[in-house]
Amino acid sequence: MQKYIIRRIVQAIPILFGITLLTFMIMQLAPGNPMVTMIDPSISMEDLARAEQSLGLDRPLIVQYWQWLKQILSGNLGYTIRTGQPVSALIGARLPATLLLTSTALVISFILGVPLGVFSASHKYSIPDYGLTLGAFVGISIPGFFLGLGLIYIFALKLGWFPTSGLMGIGMNYEGWPYFIDRVRHLFLPALALALPNMAAVMRFTRSSMIEVLTHDYIRTSRAKGLSAKVVLFKHALRNSLIPVITIFGLSIPFLFGGAYITEQVFNWPGMGSLGIAAITGREYPIVMGLNLFTSTLVLMGNLIADILYAFVDPRIRYS
Amino acid sequence: MSQINSTEITKSPRGSVGIERSFSKRAWNRFKKNKLALFGLGVILLLIILALCAPIISPYNPFITVRNEFGLANTSQPPSSNHLLGTDNLGRDVLSRMIFAGRISLSVGLVSVSIACSIGVVLGALAGYFGKWVDSLIMRVTDVVICFPVLFLVITVSTMLKPNIFNVMAIIGLVYWTRVARMVRGEILRVRELDFIQASRALGASDFRIIGRHVIPNIMAPLLVQATLLTAQAILIEASLSFLGVGVQQPTPSWGNMLNAATSITVLGFRPWIWIPPGLAILITVLSINFIGDGLRDALDPKLEE
Repeated sequence: MQKYIIRRIVQAIPILFGITLLTFMIMQLAPGNPMVTMIDPSISMEDLARAEQSLGLDRPLIVQYWQWLKQILSGNLGYTIRTGQPVSALIGARLPATLLLTSTALVISFILGVPLGVFSASHKYSIPDYGLTLGAFVGISIPGFFLGLGLIYIFALKLGWFPTSGLMGIGMNYEGWPYFIDRVRHLFLPALALALPNMAAVMRFTRSSMIEVLTHDYIRTSRAKGLSAKVVLFKHALRNSLIPVITIFGLSIPFLFGGAYITEQVFNWPGMGSLGIAAITGREYPIVMGLNLFTSTLVLMGNLIADILYAFVDPRIRYS
Repeated sequence: MSQINSTEITKSPRGSVGIERSFSKRAWNRFKKNKLALFGLGVILLLIILALCAPIISPYNPFITVRNEFGLANTSQPPSSNHLLGTDNLGRDVLSRMIFAGRISLSVGLVSVSIACSIGVVLGALAGYFGKWVDSLIMRVTDVVICFPVLFLVITVSTMLKPNIFNVMAIIGLVYWTRVARMVRGEILRVRELDFIQASRALGASDFRIIGRHVIPNIMAPLLVQATLLTAQAILIEASLSFLGVGVQQPTPSWGNMLNAATSITVLGFRPWIWIPPGLAILITVLSINFIGDGLRDALDPKLEE
């Protein structure tokens, strides 16, 4: 087991290098010379060349990549073009809001998706099953921004149950319980908008996994020996059908972080996604690249965790 | 006695299905039974017709502001008999823009998935067939690309290039090939060891002939399913990019950039005819394609044959 975990971690290292290499290559695509945007346009050519030399921009790309990689490894993601702020600090400041949003969405999608999937599987080909399957299809087909806008339109503008946007009430000095309620009311709609499509995927996955497990011999045996339907379903079938659901946990991470770009923009949520969109409109490439590097590393770690979890719960996985 | 024998032969191991009917015919018969898939196919055919005939069908020019008898722009008009879905902030007919936008979504979906499939099939086939270092190299690149959330990567690259429909198609294609490559590689590993492949190798067929003539036709079914489901994804990605303003640019109508108007709270709350129809159009298109993909998966799966 330990050996397996170590091997998986070692395997992830070249992928991590690949991520930095791809990020660096995309950065080279960025139009314009970074020097020209950074400094006085009236600078002479000689001065420009000297400045480039001092920053190492005249050296071969492979040397530049190495320099950049060393910086990254020491935790320095570079500086913004206009204000010169460190990118890592900017991302760090936005990280908690995004983590709050994505983890809430993750929890909602599994807490609701798994039971609905189990229900659907145990009532296979019934009317509620068809309804849920159709709902899941709509969930995976709806564009995130349309879902978000629809939720704002119905629940915030027409019914007035929730605020339209933001992280918390502005100008309100809530404390204690009212503060908590205010935060939850702001979180509710964006988390739901992000969670629903993922929940649909979790549900479909649980349903098909459960249906597959229910055809196994041991299920028939436990039914034959007179166990109640509930015990068979929740004690015997559920455990084994949840194993493949771990895969969807691994897939949820890139899905939720990618979806956060859209959701945060629609709900004006001050997280990494809206930072990214602002950086894109402002052509702040260092921020865009920093975000790319950060999220893809996060996804890599998510996959690693999913793989290790898989090995923990499924003894059939060989550790060699 | 001889009569019994002959009926047994024509009945074939598959029973009443008969062997004279081809695989595609049997697949179509199974597909037909799936009501949702048929519905999806109908919707997509209708959309293709609408897209092809857009200039004939649309009641107004989608690029031009409609003016009333006083020469003023008819901006933000609610739906009426003149404008079935009303007009947008610039006084353009929403229905006409919707019809023209359908062209964009469908073509982005088709072209980008064709790009993704071409790259994915070539790389996946090379990796699966040749194995060894070719396989390790291609699969490690795939592992890296798959770590980037698709939307993230597409948005990033699209800011570096000029935002227009051709770049959007190319970028989506360049990001989505990884899924196809993984699937094709897995299928080829399975097909490679089949007896008839070994036989043609023994007959002296070249590697490229074996891949092109024998292996690829054998993986067409899962490839078709994958391509259909990716088309749905690609249309969603294009809509998101255009919604964020980094995809298809105004004045060219796209369902995504039509929804961009709803970022203003006035439009969102008081002019729903501007943003709800294009949103529903995306939903119904993607839903229909997903229905077709699901129907195809069941119809083309030989394990499900009765």
